[in-house]
Amino acid sequence: MGDHHHGPATGVTRWLFTTNHKDIGTMYLWFSFAMFLLGGFFAMVIRAELFQPGMQLVEPAFFNQMTTLHGLVMVFGAIMPSFVGLANWLIPMMIGAPDMALPRMNNWSFWILPPAFLMLASTLFMEGGAPAFGWTFYAPLSTTYAPPSVTFFIFAIHILGVSSIMGSINIIATVMNMRAPGMTYMKMPMFVWTWLITAFLLVAVMPVLAGAVTMMLMDIHFGTSFFSAAGGGDPVLFQHIFWFFGHPEVYIIILPAFGVVSQIIPAFSRKPLFGYASMVYATASIAFLSFVVWAHHMYTVGMPVAGELFFMYATMLIAVPTGVKVFNWISTMWRGSLSFETPMLFSIGFLVLFTLGGFTGLMLSIAPADFQYHDTYFVVAHFHYVMVAGAVFSMTAAVYYWLPKWCGRMYSESMGKIHFWISFIGFNITFFPQHFVGLAGMPRRIPDYALQFADFNMMSSIGAFIYGASQLLFLYNVIATIVSGERVSDEKVWDGAEGLEWTVPTPAPYHTFEEPPLVSKPAGTF
Amino acid sequence: MGRIFSGVPLALFASFTAAQNQVNMSPGVTEIGADIFELHMLIMWICVVIGVAVFAVMFYSIYAHRKSRGHEASQFHESTKVEIAWTVVPFLILIAMAVPATSTLLEVYDNDEAELDVLITGHQWKWKYEYLDETGENISFFSNLTTPQEEIYNTEAKGDHYLLEVDEPLVIPTNTKVRFLITANDVIHSWWVPELAVKRDAIPGFINEAWTRVPQEGIYRGQCTELCGAYHGFMPVVVHAVSPEEFQAWQAAKRGAAQAESQLALQTLSADELMAQGKAVYETACVACHGAQGEGGIGNAIAGSSVVMGDLSQHMAIVAKGVAGTAMQAFDAQLNEVELAAVLTYQRNAFGNNTGDIVQPGDVTGMNNG
Repeated sequence: MGDHHHGPATGVTRWLFTTNHKDIGTMYLWFSFAMFLLGGFFAMVIRAELFQPGMQLVEPAFFNQMTTLHGLVMVFGAIMPSFVGLANWLIPMMIGAPDMALPRMNNWSFWILPPAFLMLASTLFMEGGAPAFGWTFYAPLSTTYAPPSVTFFIFAIHILGVSSIMGSINIIATVMNMRAPGMTYMKMPMFVWTWLITAFLLVAVMPVLAGAVTMMLMDIHFGTSFFSAAGGGDPVLFQHIFWFFGHPEVYIIILPAFGVVSQIIPAFSRKPLFGYASMVYATASIAFLSFVVWAHHMYTVGMPVAGELFFMYATMLIAVPTGVKVFNWISTMWRGSLSFETPMLFSIGFLVLFTLGGFTGLMLSIAPADFQYHDTYFVVAHFHYVMVAGAVFSMTAAVYYWLPKWCGRMYSESMGKIHFWISFIGFNITFFPQHFVGLAGMPRRIPDYALQFADFNMMSSIGAFIYGASQLLFLYNVIATIVSGERVSDEKVWDGAEGLEWTVPTPAPYHTFEEPPLVSKPAGTF
Repeated sequence: MGRIFSGVPLALFASFTAAQNQVNMSPGVTEIGADIFELHMLIMWICVVIGVAVFAVMFYSIYAHRKSRGHEASQFHESTKVEIAWTVVPFLILIAMAVPATSTLLEVYDNDEAELDVLITGHQWKWKYEYLDETGENISFFSNLTTPQEEIYNTEAKGDHYLLEVDEPLVIPTNTKVRFLITANDVIHSWWVPELAVKRDAIPGFINEAWTRVPQEGIYRGQCTELCGAYHGFMPVVVHAVSPEEFQAWQAAKRGAAQAESQLALQTLSADELMAQGKAVYETACVACHGAQGEGGIGNAIAGSSVVMGDLSQHMAIVAKGVAGTAMQAFDAQLNEVELAAVLTYQRNAFGNNTGDIVQPGDVTGMNNG
């Protein structure tokens, strides 16, 4: 340890000017958690208004601002940056690299995020209010009929896109060039594989999103008519462009989550990941299919029947590689030696609830049935099962799993378990009844509803308050661990953990793998 | 806050078992609705069976292969045969699902040979229905939410059809193939009636097609399902299916009423008549944006407005033609001359504006022509 040629700088400049992947990963993680709480606060406003029929707390226009900002902040502010933070911390340590390939760009890709979200949040205080057209911002509601603050929204999206593209280029460059000797592609940990594929998806679709918002900007300020029927444009074109970005985007969110679970389940099963190669191929297949299914979000726009059939069949196909992954995880557990620490509980929670969301996804892929499901709470329930119980549960599992390695202190197992059970129960009370009201006919994005939906909405709101409160417990657990958790010094914090990140000292020093390790055995084998 | 939460225990424990808590899709009343329902149930049960089988394995493993029971981990990590099996079998199941899905979809898309065409236009935040008739005598009207603001803002008890009630429903004959041509005037809306299993986006510049054949008389309620602005939650769809005879009679009555209205437009009305009708028009067409007391909201205030109290022609132009780029619509497309005259008169004299101006239907006609 004495030969540390330089450690972290002190004071605020450490964080402002840092090019260290661990510092940047930490900042990403804290930033995304702050955004998670902000987006969660918006969700609480939504659920409080929906607690009973009638308008009680907010006006319909403000309600729409809340649903819009909730979606944008959660997708772009909480989930995506959290996985970028995880990638920053872990990818160099998992492939035996000293840092990311492009450390200065790494700093920049983080530091443009806070101003972008500050700009987005500031629209709440502007005349005409914040964007109120939903996180999918369909034109012309988001162009001709948008509040003036839409311009700030467009620039915020541009900056987020730039940040994501820089982050992904960095990950691609790191994984391709900086693997330790002997670390072939097919020996990389699954988390690295899923992120590599995710990074390619991001580089492919973020420019498409940038194109969509640029066209909006032109329509609003420069007299073009990309999306205005009155000027010869096409409002449906917007949806095609948006979902060409938007569908890969949902895999951008979920693939790294798959990667995390593929690290944690083997560790607590004390058994190598089942079907490593098929996991890689399944991930690549999902990524490929994600480019040819976008219009399943648009079954009701009036596509020709041949188009509907194509998108229906392609979408149904995604069930095959996704099924392979679920079967592989369960086979990994089969005849293992299982224990159920908090990361494993969140991973099993992920497995069960994500699969449930996958089943409703399969139901939604059936175009004729989608005429009844489309834009109802059934869809809201579906994507919260995959986004929250999928991505957020997996992220939570990751924090409990790697936090001891990061800070050299162990979280309280009983507090972690309490957090899991409150989250799991609260989540299901919130979102399970939404399947019912959706099937019974409640549209999404409405601030007030007919009386037959009242009981389930009240239940959903109570669940949401429980789930929301459980995240404060999460914050407490993380801070308590960092400040006063029991010290751990074993390199392998978990007896079943495998991978290079568990060969460096605990807590992980500021610089790791200044000398590349030699990798001989395949990833995940004992 | 006390009022909001006081109802919690009661609602949770008293009414929770009530039969009103529908948990599944409605099979609806149409053949297509029944087909879609069956398809939905089929796919759902396949998912349930697969889910139960897969998670039974997982939970058995969680029970039997625990470290705490001293289970030793085996180290197997691949099996080509098993992996091929669980790729191929799901694929075959998907093909089995795709067959009924395809045939139902083709049925949904069979728009030919309709006996009645109705043009449905989404407006912020109401639906316009227009019966297309070869004689050129189209029947056309707007369908507005009738739930009073007092019920929405909780000062009065909510009625049975809270938020799902309109002043004029769409009337269609039973056992007749009705084709809907669906479009929008401003932003994208979506026209949905769950019991008819018809949902189609209403998109400006596009005309989408959908159809239904309703076998039994009844009232079927739905809502707009595409976010269309602040009052997206307040534009219901109500369809009355009546016997073909009753439908004929209704059509005749509508045509008669339209003629009577055009006669009325030639007359001079009293201030009281104008004010009474103006109030009624204001409370359906204006109140959402301009407030029950003319205090404004999304729109500008009417009370004390310089436009309303100023030059009549300017006031009339804004009401009739709207203001481009704002939520203020062109109401000449939605209101007839009598209604326009009445609402102008009302706005110029209500809410303390007291200009004393009386606007006659003839003034509006003159303005529109001039």
